[in-house]
Amino acid sequence: MLGEGIVKGMLETAKNFAGSYVSKERLTTVEYPEQRIPTAENARVFPFLVYDGPDWHAGMRCVACQICEKECPPKCIYIEKSKDKKPDYVGKPQIYPARFDIDISVCMSCQICVEVCPFEAIKMNTEFELATDDRFGGLLLDKQQLAHSNEYYHKIHPTEAAEVDGRLAEEKAKVEAKAKAAAEAAAAKAAAAAAAPKPDAPAAGGD
Amino acid sequence: MAEKLDQIFVLLRDWLVGYLPAAVRPAAGVVLGVIGILCVFPGLFAITTVFERKGLARMQNRLGPNRVGPYGFFQPIADAVKALTKEDVVPFRADTVVHFIAPLVLVVAVFMGFAVLPVGRNMVLVDMDAGLLFFFAMGASTELSIFMAGWSSRNKYSILGAMRAIAQMISYEVPLLLSSITVVMITGSLSLTKIVEAQNQYTGIFPHWYVFTPWGLASFLMFAIAATAETNRSPFDLPEGESELVAGYFTEYSGFKFALFFLAEYLGMLSIAGLGATLFWGGWSAPLSFLNFVPSWIWFFSKDMAAIFVFIWIRGTLPRLRQDQLMNFAWKFLLPFTLLNLVVTALWRFMDGGWLRWVVCTAILAGAYVLMGRSEMRRRRFGPRSYRYAE
Repeated sequence: MLGEGIVKGMLETAKNFAGSYVSKERLTTVEYPEQRIPTAENARVFPFLVYDGPDWHAGMRCVACQICEKECPPKCIYIEKSKDKKPDYVGKPQIYPARFDIDISVCMSCQICVEVCPFEAIKMNTEFELATDDRFGGLLLDKQQLAHSNEYYHKIHPTEAAEVDGRLAEEKAKVEAKAKAAAEAAAAKAAAAAAAPKPDAPAAGGD
Repeated sequence: MAEKLDQIFVLLRDWLVGYLPAAVRPAAGVVLGVIGILCVFPGLFAITTVFERKGLARMQNRLGPNRVGPYGFFQPIADAVKALTKEDVVPFRADTVVHFIAPLVLVVAVFMGFAVLPVGRNMVLVDMDAGLLFFFAMGASTELSIFMAGWSSRNKYSILGAMRAIAQMISYEVPLLLSSITVVMITGSLSLTKIVEAQNQYTGIFPHWYVFTPWGLASFLMFAIAATAETNRSPFDLPEGESELVAGYFTEYSGFKFALFFLAEYLGMLSIAGLGATLFWGGWSAPLSFLNFVPSWIWFFSKDMAAIFVFIWIRGTLPRLRQDQLMNFAWKFLLPFTLLNLVVTALWRFMDGGWLRWVVCTAILAGAYVLMGRSEMRRRRFGPRSYRYAE
């Protein structure tokens, strides 16, 4: 009959109206500033820089290779290389960024910088409450503001961080093995070099 | 005591006016009445906005505004402050004068309707003999300012919204008038106070409200539909359909002018709901005879707010109509049905009182409704929507 659907719909909304006062489960929303839903593990907002160890400056993984700066589609990353070098996580002396700024008012959260980084130095953050009343300076994050510890990275993206750590450890092990092999080779060479004159010496001595 | 409470505002006015010289007393009385209307109805508007937001939220299983004041009830104050402090942007190529006048004209026209609405026993600002006619004249003149707003903005969305508003309001004015004429046919008067008094009688404890008669119920339902369309409320909110027209005719308004449009829309709702209550639900008369000790104005305003709740309820339920459905509904369903209802009302008037006229009138109306509904549903005009390309 004509109008039946309207009555049915009205009853449905009336049920919701009354029900929302009776049962709390009906309410699908949370009251945001007081109540928060934990962010999803693969959520991403803006990039941050990962550092190892307690000191953010010493432990920063970034070596200022500038790949992310070049790849960034909206060009929101500004990097200046340092003049001196500091040791990286394997102990090799590396250049570090004297300046590393990201303009998050320009950033479009595409994650390309993360994809291209060969040093696992830049990752996506999940922090989203970035509102500020200084719309130019306040949204240009410098390297100290961008730096977050590896523990923080583990907290926001546990699976991904574990993978990254595994990869880094493997690489480090490889480097160490290589260094060890090189050292061994050097030692062997040295030993050989040390051993080589031996037959000569008696010969020399013999002469 | 109950009598005094019932007439408290009248007594208050007389007491205040009593301090003035006799020559200016009538004028001062009117001014006080106007001040009363200017305070009460915008106050109700403020309450309505927060009720609407909370009610809609509850229908969607949300909480609604709950930040400003207890349970968010001071939200309208925050909104008013926001509207007042906002920048008033006028488009560069807009017709500045008309653009400025349009919201003012709209609010004035909407307020005029309240002048003839009896909000309680002896509580009507102007007891006009042709009150109903005056009300509809004022209601119709809102269309002018809506078109002024749409035209002067020089914006395609505004003009489209205004065109839609005009088409819709003129189409729905016809069933609106024809459905309220039935009341005039029975009462024999266009005066709203007389219409209320005619309904303020009781058989046993039950009142003689027109909505409890077959023709009255049919008239009321059609009046309610037409009133919803008249006030541009959902599901007839095509003139301001957000998804297609930004905000319709008031797209280019900001700040307090926008607030005035908003005010006018809600005042329009309040006044047409008040008229509906007056015509069909006995105005300020009590629903049961032993409830007469409650002041009459309380009954009027509770009926008004109940009607507002139904408006909100409908908005929370129904999706927006398409333009062709809107027009079809007005001209092919409402208009024939209101015309038939006029005949039925005449029958009711001239058949002597008894059970026979109840049977005859109910049978005609119900039969027509079922038949018309069936045939139109078969032609899929009012039935469920089908989408040719979506399958």
